[in-house]
Amino acid sequence: MLPAEKNTCVIHTDKCKDHITPLCLSSEPETSEADDHEDDDNEETEVRPESLSPEELEKLKEAMDERKKLIQSLRGKPWPMKQKLDTLRESQEFVEKHEGALGKGRGRKLYAYKVMMTKKWMKFQRDFENFKTACIPWEMKIKEIESHFGSSVASYFIFLRWMYGINMILFGLTFGLVMVPEALMGKSYGSIPRKTVPRAEEASAMDFAVLWDFGGYAQYSVLFYGYYNNQRAIGWLKFRMPLSYFLVGVGTVAYSYMVVIRTMARNANESGIGDDNSFNFSWKMFTSWDYLIGNPETADNKFASITTSFKEAILEEQESLKDDNIHLTRFLRVLANFLVLCCLAGSGYLIYFVVRRSQKFTLDGLENHTWWERNEVNMVMSLLGMFCPMLFDVISTLENYHPRVALQWQLGRIFALFLGNLYTFIIALMDEINIKREEENIVKFNITMWEASLYNGTLMENSTAPPFTIHPADVPRGPCWETMVGQEFVRLIISDTMMTYITLLIGDFLRAVLVRFLNNCWCWDLEAGFPSYSEFDVSGNVLGLIFNQGMIWMGAFYAPCLPALNVLRLHVSMYLQCWAVMCCNVPQERVFKASGSNNFYMAMLLVILFLSTLPAIYTIVTIPPSFDCGPFSGKKRMFDVIHETLESDFPVWFSKVFSYASNPGLVLPFILLMALAIYYLQSTAKSYKEANVELKKKVQMVTCNEI
Amino acid sequence: MGTTASKLGKDLLSEYQSNPFRERICHVFSTSEDKDGSLTFEDFLDLLSAFSDSATLEIKSHYAFRIFDFDDDGTLDRGDLEKLVNCLTGETDDTRLTPEEMRQLISNILEESDIDKDGTVNLSEFQHVISRSPDFVSSFKIVL
Repeated sequence: MLPAEKNTCVIHTDKCKDHITPLCLSSEPETSEADDHEDDDNEETEVRPESLSPEELEKLKEAMDERKKLIQSLRGKPWPMKQKLDTLRESQEFVEKHEGALGKGRGRKLYAYKVMMTKKWMKFQRDFENFKTACIPWEMKIKEIESHFGSSVASYFIFLRWMYGINMILFGLTFGLVMVPEALMGKSYGSIPRKTVPRAEEASAMDFAVLWDFGGYAQYSVLFYGYYNNQRAIGWLKFRMPLSYFLVGVGTVAYSYMVVIRTMARNANESGIGDDNSFNFSWKMFTSWDYLIGNPETADNKFASITTSFKEAILEEQESLKDDNIHLTRFLRVLANFLVLCCLAGSGYLIYFVVRRSQKFTLDGLENHTWWERNEVNMVMSLLGMFCPMLFDVISTLENYHPRVALQWQLGRIFALFLGNLYTFIIALMDEINIKREEENIVKFNITMWEASLYNGTLMENSTAPPFTIHPADVPRGPCWETMVGQEFVRLIISDTMMTYITLLIGDFLRAVLVRFLNNCWCWDLEAGFPSYSEFDVSGNVLGLIFNQGMIWMGAFYAPCLPALNVLRLHVSMYLQCWAVMCCNVPQERVFKASGSNNFYMAMLLVILFLSTLPAIYTIVTIPPSFDCGPFSGKKRMFDVIHETLESDFPVWFSKVFSYASNPGLVLPFILLMALAIYYLQSTAKSYKEANVELKKKVQMVTCNEI
Repeated sequence: MGTTASKLGKDLLSEYQSNPFRERICHVFSTSEDKDGSLTFEDFLDLLSAFSDSATLEIKSHYAFRIFDFDDDGTLDRGDLEKLVNCLTGETDDTRLTPEEMRQLISNILEESDIDKDGTVNLSEFQHVISRSPDFVSSFKIVL
């Protein structure tokens, strides 16, 4: 606040001396316009403790408590700022003057010291909060979008920023604990067979086409599972690489679960009263205006949508009594669901067919086929993801639902589509994994034959290493299904990203340019009729984001580079989409509340998290790792690394305790106990909800009786 | 924006030109004697403080009530509610509600919020309704 001079009159010509700010204090007490608090100024009690009688002491204590309570609650009072500041200053002076009278005489200095430290601490906290708020990235961009498009579009960008935060942490974990140690302390490129490009592929290893496909030098690097050596401890730090790899994989999943569930709980708390529909009209009236809107065009749209929602609500209220032709509606809805199921089945089969075809192509050798045939799988998946939602939109016009219900159905169907596609893709991948595993046995046999042929010319020795050096590039290699899986996921994500950006540029930007510049020389009004400018599709974009994250979670164990790739992708997306929204989109005509959907998106994210970690866990637990690549090569199962660590790195009693704890006789009762606890908590939650409803009714009755 | 001796007239608040309640907001926060809705720096601070993120529900609902009370009589009666709906549906004729719809709407609102059935919504009834809304706090804010 700027210090004002004592006698500056601001508006009130007859109250000049009232506009003195607290920074230049005057010692005389001030009178403000409406002093609601009790006037204790006339009470001129002395400070000396001996001179006060017990009743006066009691009264003084009460007055002190009231003042302290007033200071605490001052923030919540709807008074003008000046009045609040004056009251605060007066109360604080009163408390300071008389605090010593109530406490012991010598505690004065300690009290003053405590007060000063509290003030300093509060100032430090406030500065830290300001600093934290200033550090939040992209805040101004999002605020600008919020003022132009309302809070539902802005909620997408807030969600994107939150995802970026999670991915940064995942990136930190995989980069810092997996990629960097192997790169710095592990054996370098070219020292052992698994880390070298095979001789046959060496000629094309640096080609851009090969690198873009993540083959060649990109494949034999820290980016993928196959590069990592299975040495138990590397470097002078004795870093346990395989253990770290395994734990980081588990840790990323655990961290993601924790963050998603914590956010869901926080959102549930904030909107915790639940959606009461008892104040429908009043809420529409009093809370529908979004005060953050600063753009006239958005304001016009908001007016229109509010009018529409009023008219709709009135109509609904009137029409809720009559329900004609319910049989026709039901039949149409069943028909629509049947059509949707057909679509989903069709797309699932298409993906399966295409993946099998691509397996055939790989067996033939990839060079004989066109670009389309090589990238068929990814293209088909992206195209299906683009066109099927439009189909669902058309089908849903048969159903005649309320728009909000229709939106939920639409989201549910798109969700089922993406899920089906993803799982078909995984099943097809499983087939490829099995093929590679069968190949392993053949290759093992071939390697023993090749080693035998090396010994042909030398004496029989008992040593296992060949007596003369072979360049690592020439050693025959076993197949590596883990790297293949990682590569597939990386390729899928890259093609998905490219498809999204290209759709954005063509569908939004090119369309806007055409509409703007062709409008002058076209027969009908392009801006008002077809095609006009596009709106920002919040739900479609949010779903795309959620599914991308699902793919990251699925593939991160086999390709540690995925979180890094995703961080880059989200960073670029943020800037690109912010620019595209401001440049090519118009505000939506139907403006939906953002609040209800928040937990809906979180719930979807949680389901995707669960479903995407399932395949990874299955492969870790069931399939034995490749014998020739990765940090777990040579073990029977990947999780054997834990057992090995417990035996060799921990004291003997620890592994005994652990073996007792992992005894099925102990684990099963524990699981039973947890199930019982869940059942108990569920029933208490239900009873609390019922008690809540009862109390609400009581409150309403009491207010009725009072008024 | 000038010194503490300057006044802010209604026309200078360009940020809020698209807000249908701009005149009421200025009127409520103004402490000017001439009732012309002009704001001093401290009034402006009051406004921002009430609309800020950290203001409590009680403060926001108190000021919202005063903003919606067009005739300043301390209650929201039919006339106030009608003016409120007209503000919300825009100023042009083709977006307004018909008198029939208006009547229906206001009856529904009074049925929901008017607990003592006196035909008006007073401050406590208003706060009772608003406290249950999940959207109010997030939409009733202005950030510079």
